[in-house]
Order: sequence, then structure tokens, then C-alpha cells
Amino acid sequence: MRHLKAAVLAALVWPATVAAQTEIRAAVLRVDVQGRPPVSRLDLPPDDLGLAGARLGTADNATTGRFMGQTFITEEVTATPETAVQAIEALVARGTRMVVTLADEATTLALADAAGEGVLLFNARARGDELRNDQCRANLLHVAPSRAMVADGLAQFLMWKRWDEWFLISGSHPADRALADALRRAATKFGARIVEERTFEDTGGARATDSGLVQIQAQIPAFTQRAADHDVVVAADETGLFAAYLPFHTWEPRPVAGSAGLRPVTWHPAMEMWGGTQFQTRFEKQSARPAREEDYQVWLALRAIGEAATRTGSGDMAVLRDYMLGDQFQLGAFKGQALTFRDWDGQLRQPILLGSGPIVASVSPQSEYLHQVSQLDTLGTDRPESGCRIDRKE
Amino acid sequence: MLTRSTALAACLLAASPAFAGKIFVSNEKGNDITVLDGTSFEVIATFPGGQRPRGITASPDGKRLYVCASDDNLVRVFDTDSYQELPSLPSGPDPELFVLHPSGNPLYIANEDDNIVTVVDVETRTVLAEVPVGVEPEGMGVSPDGGIVVNTSETTNMAHFIDTTSFEIVQNVLVDQRPRFAQFTADGKSLLVSSEIGGTVSVIDPATGEIRTKISFAVPGVLPEALQPVGVRVTRDGSKAYVALGPANRVAVIDGTTWEVTDYLLVGQRVWQLAFSPDEKYLFTTNGNSNDISIIDVASDEVIRSVQVGEQPWGVVAVQ
Repeated sequence: MRHLKAAVLAALVWPATVAAQTEIRAAVLRVDVQGRPPVSRLDLPPDDLGLAGARLGTADNATTGRFMGQTFITEEVTATPETAVQAIEALVARGTRMVVTLADEATTLALADAAGEGVLLFNARARGDELRNDQCRANLLHVAPSRAMVADGLAQFLMWKRWDEWFLISGSHPADRALADALRRAATKFGARIVEERTFEDTGGARATDSGLVQIQAQIPAFTQRAADHDVVVAADETGLFAAYLPFHTWEPRPVAGSAGLRPVTWHPAMEMWGGTQFQTRFEKQSARPAREEDYQVWLALRAIGEAATRTGSGDMAVLRDYMLGDQFQLGAFKGQALTFRDWDGQLRQPILLGSGPIVASVSPQSEYLHQVSQLDTLGTDRPESGCRIDRKE
Repeated sequence: MLTRSTALAACLLAASPAFAGKIFVSNEKGNDITVLDGTSFEVIATFPGGQRPRGITASPDGKRLYVCASDDNLVRVFDTDSYQELPSLPSGPDPELFVLHPSGNPLYIANEDDNIVTVVDVETRTVLAEVPVGVEPEGMGVSPDGGIVVNTSETTNMAHFIDTTSFEIVQNVLVDQRPRFAQFTADGKSLLVSSEIGGTVSVIDPATGEIRTKISFAVPGVLPEALQPVGVRVTRDGSKAYVALGPANRVAVIDGTTWEVTDYLLVGQRVWQLAFSPDEKYLFTTNGNSNDISIIDVASDEVIRSVQVGEQPWGVVAVQ
């Protein structure tokens, strides 16, 4: 009865379109790739990775929905790269028009193309800059940051520290090389110099062996010796095979940043600023583990949908999409300022946290980097340099 | 010189001849309460406030101090004269802000973690009700007649109007992102709700739930995203409102008739909460990142002093 009463009263002060219950349907599609386990067992993926973020986002939306006469339903689907397209087609056939995807770059594109114009996708994992530029899609928004955004966030802090001579070490996989490209671009953009560059070849093998430390302790110093004078070692190891071994093993005593040491992330389990504690405790109570970046990113996507639904009173994808991309949309997400979508490439603007072990050491953009539109546009590809050519105003 | 009720003054003077009003500041990081003399503004005492003290208020007679000890999950109670701790109140988990009924009982507490408002009888120290509200309840305001308590939920972005007799929500008003604070005018005819991330203060007609106007802010040389309204106070005669603007390090002065911003006062860093002296001659601001409070002369709207307090001051209350 109370729900009904709340709905009626909400209608009184929000007479726009909410009268009966509106149902807002979405889905989260996670595409799992079998790979080698991470270097540290602390980083093993939990079974509910990302899905837990969906559950919290849906619960948060439902609490608000109770007052607005809106119900939120989020379907959870997992697939492999081979079955992903089939999975999204089945979702669309069941009437779902908004899908949050956790997939690599190639699969994300395949999903966007298979889903078609009538479906809106929220990319919550793939960081490829090409997805925001030449390969952008009108039906694809990005809640995950691009590599350019995380690289710029890190570069701003290193420049603030006056650490402008970098020793860049990258892995040999395509994702590592793409991250290294983003770091090179960031160095140029903010005035750092890459004084030495090396590639750490992946020669295969198990992530850990009994007494494996003995070899690491000898290998890494040898690998990093005789480098040109540098302030900081910057690691591009998105695959996660070697960067964790760098701190304390480098030949010269230098700090490590990038894929180890000081890491640019969208979320960190120690984040307590701007009400972040409340997200952490809510999440941990629900899922009995700390939230990861994927969880936060999926939560962002569902909250964006929820926020648009609250403000428009609608459950219609086109109405929600137009609102999200419009200038009224603002999302509060424990980052100290409103998050909004870039209308030129569908990227969600967001501050980047710099995690250092168990704490958040800093948050970028650094206050010294100003911008004529939004300070958040100092991170990633800005409008004038965007390679995305979609006219969203049809 | 602060004016005070003669009877109360007589009573307090008997107990402590030097007493001339006090200002209490909760230090969120320092886990303590700083006490300032109400006339000289000198720090006269510091005492432990429990884990992560945030919301702070006093009983109408000024004798008891209530503090949300957020990490202790309870409301700590202190004697404002001796600083002795009195029996605590249950609060529900993670209390952040609260408001006392104008009569001094009960206390309405926002529980950030549980999406509820807890109603506590301060005499019997029992929970009278738990009212489900939106996600991350924070701001708490009470109508002057005590009939309605308003809670703001930071992620749901609503002001929830709760009937204090039935404990039912009777009205919800959607406001801008992350509403932090709710303050009724003394005549009960307007409700001001600050939206920290939205950067606005909504002026709401409590009778209809209609937003009459939205106050927004602009300071040359300050980034728009740094203009984050949090604490709100309105003079008893309704002529002026003050809004703390967080990392903009300013307090906005607002005309209570036109709701236009008339001035911005530079205070300390990350200003969040505000409190008037009982005679409304002064307004005190807590500046979390500079560990001080600023003292504003209300008649002239000038910042006359700043005083160092503890680590990360959060809330402030002044008693007669």
C-alpha cells in the first residue's frame, strides 16, 4: 500500500508522464575470455564480476523507482566471444533495448553492429581509443574510460610531480602496445619525455611457480639496467603479466606507475571521498567483496539509465538516450562532480583515480589543467581532435 | 555580547560564572569536539567525540550536545557545561546528519548506509520508527511546527516529506544531483534544499511540493564544478539566506525575498556546514580542508575572524 501511495504522491509533484507503473528493462552481457590467470591471486576475477555492480545499480534505481512508479529489471547474461552475438540477438528478441556490455574491443563492435539502431549499448569494459574515434558507433556509449583518458590522468599527476622523464616498458600483446601508444600520446600532450623504451616479451609460462621469486629478483634488475636517466618507470601491461614485478626490482631506485605502482583506475576499494564510502559499504554488504572497476562501470551504466528514467518519467530507449546525451543530464557517482556524456563520441566524462596500493593517492584531472568547456575534457580525446564522425542530431 | 534568556543565564551563571555561550565544532578526522567561547572566540576546550563525529546539534535548552559518531553507529550525547559524556542514543548504522523536533524530542537521523530515517526518543533512548527513504539519506530539516521532517537522499535526488505523526512519506520532490541539506524558513513557507553536484539550491513550496525557483551560483575565476552548495541557513526574519559552497571556499549571501545572490564571502577551504549564534549576530562556518572556522558578522556580511579548530571540522552548533 505504501508503494502505491508513494507513487500517487510522486505523481502529484511530478505530473509529467508518470501515472501507471513504468517498466525499464535492461541487460548486462558479460563476455568471458579464457586467458592465463593474473600474476597475483588477489586479482583473480570473482564469479559475479560486473554482475554485482549491475545488481547494486538496479537496487539503487529500484529505491528511487518506488517513489516514481517505475520498476527496473536487469537481465544478466554471460557468453563467450563465440556465443556473444547470439546472446545479444536473443536479448533483443525478448524486447531488451538497453544492454551493458563487458567485452573486449572486437566483440564490443560486433555486438553493436549485431544489435542495430534500435538498441543502445553501454560499453563497460573495452578501453580501445579506436572505439571512440574511427570505429565509433551511434548506438554505443562508453562508461569505461578510454586508454587515452587513463594515460592522461596519470600523465597530469606525473607532470605535477615534475617527473617528466619516463622509462616506458610495454608488454608485447596488442592491448599492451595500445596502452603504450596512449602513454606516448599523453607524454606529448603534457610535455613529458620518454627517454628510454623497452618491450617485455611474453615468452609464455605459468604465472607463478614455487620459489619463482628467485628468478624474478634476478630478471627484472637485469632487464632494467643501463637505461637513460629517468624520473619514473611507466609500465604498459594491460595483459597483466609483468608490471606487478617492477616495483623494488628496477635497477635504478625509481617509482613505478601505470600498470603497477601508481595505477590510474575508475574505482578503488579504498575510495572514501565524495560519499564513496557509502557506495563501498552498500556494495560490500550486497556482494561480500570489494567493488572492482567493472562493477563500478556497470553500476554507472545502470545509474545513467535510472537517472534518465527518473528525470524523463520514461522507459523508452530513444527518450532516455536523447536525455543522456543532452545538456540536462548529470550523474552523481562519488567523483566530486557531475558525470556527463560527450556528445561527439558517446564517452562518459569522469575523473580518474590514482591508486597506490591500499590507498587513493590522487585524483585527476589535476586542478592546474584547465579547459574552456570542462576540466574533464583534459582527459582523453577532446572534440576538436575526435575521429568520430557521427551526426547524432538527426 | 550575546543576548540570552535571563532565567537560563541566571541558572548557568550560578553553575559557571564565566559562561558566555559556546560554539561546538565536530572534527571528522580528529575524532574530537572543539569548544570555543561564544564571546572571545578563543578555543577553551577539546574533548573526544567518538569515531568520525559529523552531524552536531544541541537541545533547545542548550544543555545537551548531540553528535553523530558515524563510525560508532550511534549518537553520542554530552553535557555542554562539563563535557561529560551522557548515555548514547541508538542511531541505526552510519548516522551522518540529524535534526531535533522543535520541542527537543524526538531526534530524526539520516542513516546513509541503510536508506532509512531513524526516529529516536532522546529521553527513553529508544527507536520509535524507521522510515524507508531514497538511496543515501543525508539532509534533514524539520518544519517550524514540527509536523513535517524532510530528508534528502543523495543518490535518489529527492526531498522526502515525512509526516512526524504517522511516519509516512507524504510527498517527494525531485531536485538536482546529490541533495545535501534541507532547511525550512522560520515561517515554514519555504524549504531550501542544496544540491552539491547539481550546483543549485531549490526553493520549494512545502505545501504543494512545487519548486518555486532554483538558485545557482557563479564566481569569476572559480570553476563552475567547484561551486558545490552544502550547508544552508536562513535568518529568523527570512531576510537573508547563507549557502556554504564547499571547494569554492565561499559562502553565498542570498536575498530572502528575491532569492538572488547578493554577495560571496571568502572563507576557509571546503566550507560545508553553517550555524548562527543564538542571537544571529554571527554565522560560523566549518572549513574542512583548512582546519578552521570562519566567523561572519551577519549585519555587515563581513568575515571577521578565522579560528583554528581540530582536524577536518565538519559540523558546528552554538548554544546560549
